[in-house]
Amino acid sequence: MHLKSRHVWGWLQAAPLAVVLLAFLIAPIIMIVIVSFWGATEFSIYPAFQFDNYEFLFGSQVTYRVFGATLKYAFITWALTLLIGFTVAYFLAFHVRSLTMQIALFLVCTIPFWTSNIIRMISWIPFLGRNGIANQTLISWGVIDEPLEWLLYSDFSVILAFVHLYTLFMVVPIFNTMMRIDKSLLEAARDNGASGLQTLVHVILPLTKPGIMIGTIFVVTLVMGDFITVRFMSGSQRANVGRLISNDIALLQYPSAAATAVVLLCTVLIVIAILLRFVNIRKEL
Amino acid sequence: MAKPKVGYSRRSMLKAGGAAIAASAFPAPMLWAQDTKNIVLRQFGTGVSNLNDVANKVKEDLGFTLEMTALDSDSVTQRAATQPDSFDIADIEYWICKKVWPTGNLQAMDTSKIANYDKIVGIFRSGKLTPESVIAQGTAPHSVGFVDGPGGTSFADNETGWMTLIPTIYNADTLGIRPDLIGRPIESWTELLNPEFKGKASILDISSIGIMDMAMVCEAMGEVQYGDKGNMTREEIDKTIGIFTEAKRNGQFRAFWKSFDESVNLMASGEVVIQSMWSPAITAVKSRGIPCVYQPLKEGYRSWGGGIGLSSSLSGMELDAAYEYINWYLSGWVGGYLMRQGYYSAVPETSKEFMSENEWGYWFEGKEATDTITSPGGDALAQAGDVRDGGSFYDRMGAVACWNAVMDENQYMVRKWNEFIAA
Repeated sequence: MHLKSRHVWGWLQAAPLAVVLLAFLIAPIIMIVIVSFWGATEFSIYPAFQFDNYEFLFGSQVTYRVFGATLKYAFITWALTLLIGFTVAYFLAFHVRSLTMQIALFLVCTIPFWTSNIIRMISWIPFLGRNGIANQTLISWGVIDEPLEWLLYSDFSVILAFVHLYTLFMVVPIFNTMMRIDKSLLEAARDNGASGLQTLVHVILPLTKPGIMIGTIFVVTLVMGDFITVRFMSGSQRANVGRLISNDIALLQYPSAAATAVVLLCTVLIVIAILLRFVNIRKEL
Repeated sequence: MAKPKVGYSRRSMLKAGGAAIAASAFPAPMLWAQDTKNIVLRQFGTGVSNLNDVANKVKEDLGFTLEMTALDSDSVTQRAATQPDSFDIADIEYWICKKVWPTGNLQAMDTSKIANYDKIVGIFRSGKLTPESVIAQGTAPHSVGFVDGPGGTSFADNETGWMTLIPTIYNADTLGIRPDLIGRPIESWTELLNPEFKGKASILDISSIGIMDMAMVCEAMGEVQYGDKGNMTREEIDKTIGIFTEAKRNGQFRAFWKSFDESVNLMASGEVVIQSMWSPAITAVKSRGIPCVYQPLKEGYRSWGGGIGLSSSLSGMELDAAYEYINWYLSGWVGGYLMRQGYYSAVPETSKEFMSENEWGYWFEGKEATDTITSPGGDALAQAGDVRDGGSFYDRMGAVACWNAVMDENQYMVRKWNEFIAA
């Protein structure tokens, strides 16, 4: 009897969170899956069970290209944010000695994030434009004669904005795990004759893996779900899956948007499942 | 009629009275004059006519409050179709009306309650600007302007006395160019795809309008012959989008734009020298002191018209207030305000009274300005001696080649458009 009541008590304690997740996470996803089988007219959607939306999605060359582009953006952004994020975190954790200084510098990293996401992104546009500051400066230095066209409304500008927007999401978790590395391990490595590089590769990197993985999940999901950055920074010239969905929604094609969203969700889940094969986040947290 | 009509017709009195008594929420109908102050009408529409100045003037002249929300064309369509309770007045374009009307979210309007109905330009009634005019291709406003009765769901082909939208604003659109950066005359729609402007052209990313600009270009190039540009076959859509997809892959376009501001920025910054554009965007570029021309082209204009539709949930006093608002809208002040930005008013003769002779001559009659022409905001747009691009009202609206349209193959077109954007 005692055991059983404990059992019930446990369920009750878990219930609030379960209800919240059910109502705001599971139920909407189920709705999206259901709607993805519906049909649409110009101005309305009607319940049905048809595979039209998926058929069109998988039958179109554009879908594959767009998913390819989305993965490309995610991969390049991930690589760059990891490189920058790791370096910054390494500097903060191991080169800056005083804790006050560490905290101060960490706060400096977050300053750009005090303004809106959109503002940070859009402010690149006049900077990178054909007659923008970047081009004018390069021309006045004599580096180039003609303005560089690829600075704006290109893959370059899209990835630049992504890296700018999301590097902090890499810095924070990596910095956090680095701070928890026992300094005596580094001393031990040094005492055993490891060079700086060897310490980095064989001691610090393996111990930072969970942080890297958390940062990776942040960056990958943010980039794969984004649509506004791609729209603004490419001047609507490039597309990723998010834009496909937002176009569909704008044109009242909700079922088609839902189908694309379901496929995107599966893709992201697969990517994360693969990532988690490499590191067991739970064990190492 | 210089003064707006304020007050209630006998019919609206009976109707409103009936509704008020039925609702019995109001102790006595005598309170109307006071109640007007508390009425709030929620209007939404595209940025072109959702102006705070209009809302302020409504408060001043009519006493009630008009809440304005400006959205892009796609969002407007979406909202009108899916959120009928979120608005009282929909300020939408005629092609949007064609899409939205079947949802039953809008109610037809009794033209006998519209004081200036007889003075509305022919385009919105018989479809003809002058008796000799040929009706252009596409979703011409008169073709979706009338229904059979108050509850009518299908469009009528003559003036039935029940209007879907009360026309408020319209214009003839063409390409905008930067004459200083192009340096030679531009005469045809084909120039949009001229390799000379590689990486410096733009088109708008609103499928229903963009496809028409594309069609104007492809037809002018002689690449595609259309039966009806406003109602293309799948084959015509494929060909049209195909030509533009190829141009896009070759780097013809710098960017696509979706909102008014984007088009202004693209043009003003020199990122783009030729693009599809709207009249007030040209005005906005010019008022920054940057030369910009709304270039008349030999193949004609792509035209559009907007109007006010009433939500089907409007009734009683709010409905009367809405009629009052419509009558006020057509009585001239707004018309004059809009015409000074380069649009046309549905009842030009009432607007004339709210414009100076110089302004009327420049904007409507296509005459040389005798003095500086300023925008409603006070920026100088033209100097004495300048002539409006394209000339007079009849020159411009008489040269319309097609109207913004929704086609039978719209869903197919939309998918193809999506592919074009993603290509």
